[in-house]
Amino acid sequence: MDLSSIDLRAIGAWFHGLLISSGMSQTGIHVIEALVGALLLLIFGLTLVIFLIWLERKLAGRIQDRLGPNRVGPYGLLQTVADALKLLTKEDVTPLDADRVPYNLAPGLAVFHVIMALAVIPFSNRVIGADINVGVLYLMAVGAIGSMAALMAGWASNNKYALIGGFRVVAQLLSYEIPLVLAMIIPVMVSGTMRMNGLAVAQGSIFGFGWFVWTLPLAFLIFFVASLAEGERAPFDLLEAESEIVAGYNIEYSGMKFAWFFLAFFMNSWVLAAIGTTIFFGGWQGPFVDQLPALGVIYFLGKTMILFFVQAWVRATFPRLRIDQMMSFCWKFLVPMALVLFAAVAIILKLNLPQPLEAITLLVANVAILLTGVTLLGRTQRKALYAPKRAFTPTIPRL
Amino acid sequence: MNLPHIDFSVITPELIVIATALVVMLAEFVGAHATPSPTRSHRIALIALLGLVLAALAAVAGLGRAATDIQGMLVADDLGRYLELVVLLAAALGLLLAWDYLPQFTKMHSEYYALYLLAVVGMMFMGKSTELITLFVSLEILSVALYVLTGFHRGQLAAGEAALKYFLLGAFSSAFFIYGAALLYGDTGSTHLVDIAARASGGFLTLAGLALLLVGFGFKLAVVPFHMWTPDVYQGAPTPVTAFMSVGTKAAAFVALFRVLQAAGVSYATWSLVLALLATLTMTWGNLAALRQSSLKRMLAYSSIAHAGYMLIGVTAGMQLGLSAVLFYLFAYAFMNIGAFAVVSLLERPGYHATQDATIDAARGLFARKPLLAVVMAIFLLSLAGVPPLAGFFGKLYLFNAAVQSGWIWLAIVGMINSVVSAYYYLRVTVLMFMTEADETSFLRSPLSNATGLAIAVAMVGTLLLGIFAGPWLQQLGQAALAFAGS
Amino acid sequence: MTLILFAFLALIALAGGLGVVLSRNPVHSALSLLLNFASIAVIYFLLHAQFLGVVQVIVYAGAIVVLFLFVVMLIGGNIGPYRHGSRTVTSVIAVGLAAAFLALVVWSVVQVLPMSATPVGAPDAGSVQAVGMALYTDYLVPFELASLLLLVGMLGGVVLARRYQPFAEDETQ
Repeated sequence: MDLSSIDLRAIGAWFHGLLISSGMSQTGIHVIEALVGALLLLIFGLTLVIFLIWLERKLAGRIQDRLGPNRVGPYGLLQTVADALKLLTKEDVTPLDADRVPYNLAPGLAVFHVIMALAVIPFSNRVIGADINVGVLYLMAVGAIGSMAALMAGWASNNKYALIGGFRVVAQLLSYEIPLVLAMIIPVMVSGTMRMNGLAVAQGSIFGFGWFVWTLPLAFLIFFVASLAEGERAPFDLLEAESEIVAGYNIEYSGMKFAWFFLAFFMNSWVLAAIGTTIFFGGWQGPFVDQLPALGVIYFLGKTMILFFVQAWVRATFPRLRIDQMMSFCWKFLVPMALVLFAAVAIILKLNLPQPLEAITLLVANVAILLTGVTLLGRTQRKALYAPKRAFTPTIPRL
Repeated sequence: MNLPHIDFSVITPELIVIATALVVMLAEFVGAHATPSPTRSHRIALIALLGLVLAALAAVAGLGRAATDIQGMLVADDLGRYLELVVLLAAALGLLLAWDYLPQFTKMHSEYYALYLLAVVGMMFMGKSTELITLFVSLEILSVALYVLTGFHRGQLAAGEAALKYFLLGAFSSAFFIYGAALLYGDTGSTHLVDIAARASGGFLTLAGLALLLVGFGFKLAVVPFHMWTPDVYQGAPTPVTAFMSVGTKAAAFVALFRVLQAAGVSYATWSLVLALLATLTMTWGNLAALRQSSLKRMLAYSSIAHAGYMLIGVTAGMQLGLSAVLFYLFAYAFMNIGAFAVVSLLERPGYHATQDATIDAARGLFARKPLLAVVMAIFLLSLAGVPPLAGFFGKLYLFNAAVQSGWIWLAIVGMINSVVSAYYYLRVTVLMFMTEADETSFLRSPLSNATGLAIAVAMVGTLLLGIFAGPWLQQLGQAALAFAGS
Repeated sequence: MTLILFAFLALIALAGGLGVVLSRNPVHSALSLLLNFASIAVIYFLLHAQFLGVVQVIVYAGAIVVLFLFVVMLIGGNIGPYRHGSRTVTSVIAVGLAAAFLALVVWSVVQVLPMSATPVGAPDAGSVQAVGMALYTDYLVPFELASLLLLVGMLGGVVLARRYQPFAEDETQ
């Protein structure tokens, strides 16, 4: 088969022709195409998770010197399918005093918000659900719905651990949304667009040297740390700290409803990795992508998987933070640093330097701010450690 | 991209106050380990006072110059400059009251003064704005700052109650205001008052929009059907804040009301009748309710409602005569009302967790204990009642005169009857001060500090001087009003 | 097509609004409010005001309703319905006033119909660029004043949230 003929546009054009030949009105065709696109994304997202769960368990196993799932299917590949079947057959329990409507709505909302996010992610130059001009903001808006789902679940379960878990989710997600947004806004500033595809296109120079991760490494670091927290992953997985609050907001859920939360969790991680790829790693950009657009999808998925792997790696390696440490790390370290970086980048862009010089200046500024921040952090931390403590005064260790 | 040209001289006084607020806010960090103390508080207050004086000088320097504006949103005309002077005067007097009052109950001095100055900025911007969004945002600046200042005495239950009531009703009134602005925008397609004046259809939509705006203003002015919050808030708030906001908010809202009404796009006959009815209600209800109060602050709160009613007579009288009379009254009211509140603040018992409210009985036999203070208080109260030759008398005279000249004779008569009624409760306090013996209910915070003394002295001198030089001053204000009415 | 979508969304928004007012449980009220905001956001999208729609979701759904819920849940949402004296009388008066107000607004809008068919803004008036340009040129003054308002809000929050420290003799000595 001729590889160059696999142009994704061709499939779309063929489908479009099919619909026209069936004699439908223009609006009808539009609606059907939109629905089919949405359905494709949905199916992609849901099946992807089956693989992601297996991947993460296998990785965690290897990192922790275990084998990981290896019984069901080759290399344990069908383990997740078996788990899903098990969850499907389990009894669906609703607590007697639960607030029924929000209780049943919450799992749906949790999955819904992640799938909504998929709509603006450019899988390749042409494969994108909707390239709206406020893509980055849209992602933040959709992410905001996620905390609502957790809060609803925590409240409606009528369980104190669930409620505490819900509160933790809100506190954590709202706090970490700020450095996340600030870190995402910096590439937006540099490229001058909020379209997700526009961001990917803006990083298109040869051999990946245009990727924002090279010029804005600190922005990426802040983004990555904040995305770990937004994805509720270790070391920020306080929402389900089993030693403290048993399992968090989804404690009362069982069967398929629990599976939905589980699904949302993994898909959310993957979506965050995809956003990181698009904004900082050039998205679908790669060698020969202009000649063969279908390659874009492969590049994109590959890069996203690598980022997802790093997330899983961190999760399998690091212990959990305490809640006050987590909050002060965000408010006293990430947010100020992101703000300083934001101001610095804005000033550098205003200088209107010629291209290679501007990139170098940005890089230098990033590294300088990172080093200063870390030095200051270390110093205050040491001071707090050695500060004289009065006996029996409960002190809150500061970062 | 072309950034708009901005003439910063339009907002020089505001910029000075904003800069002062920022300095005051950061003053907390100077001398990092210094603990909050009264002296520290005095230093911060001094900076704030200097800022207010500088801003007032800037406003005075601008007087008489031609009107300039920023993008048609903020305008610097003489009306705006006089408004700034009223607000800055009230702010400076209120600040002097807070000088020794504040350290009695809180350690958060820079926060207090920063919020206070920002409230001042909000009022100044409000009186200068000629565009509905700008007007709304400045209204919110002053409101939010005042909500917090009202509840600043955290140990006192009444303060919390007052702040909550003020906040809820204030937010409610903001909703009315913004709804009205939206309807006017829907009618004319613009939020600039000039465009609204030019394009308003004058139909039902304009009327509805204007009515809703009027409700929003009514809340801020404490006009009678919308006055419910006033007694509780004035009583619960720290006395310096009460003194300041009773004058400053009214001044800003009245000037803004004049600007909106001028651009209303509705005939004078339509809105003046509504305002006349509101004025009658407000005066009568405020005075009648004040008769029955036993708390001094609450009495003054109802009296301030009544005074808002008097000033509404001036608004009813129209742009030219009414405006100069209202401006004059605002100056007079700033002096006499804050003076009265200053004396009241001395009659309150400071406490660890709560400052006890001053009752009327606290003034018992004040003449025997502090003759000068009693005389001064009597002068403030007589001026509020409208006894010649004090500032309050001339203020009322001009207001009623304006009403008569523009044909509102019955309104002037209602106002006069109300003045007579109000004399009863002002004189009751005076009688208690002069003709009774001090007993265990009477109280006076002593010693009288320099700052409070200065505030009382300034208010006193102002009340007397405005009475003596009423004519020339009114002429001055009349020119500003003429310029505004002609524009 | 747009009309059908609009009618659908408007119905949802109305249902949400009614839910806010009618439900006895404050949590349900807040959730209905969320429904209302979300459907209005989608209506903004229909009007090509994408920026506004997204900001609507971020600000209202993401921040305000979450904080509402947070507070309601912290102080206990199921205290039971608030009962006071003659409920029927107050509710009749309230409904009557609301109906009168609605009639007033509808009537005054009907008066000026048909409105001019020309849209107020350019076709891309809802884009980030257009909104940004408007904010930083035509509406610079209110925009900067809003920053002042935020400063006031921040200071106020600090004041109210800080632990109360009275200035008493036993502490200063």
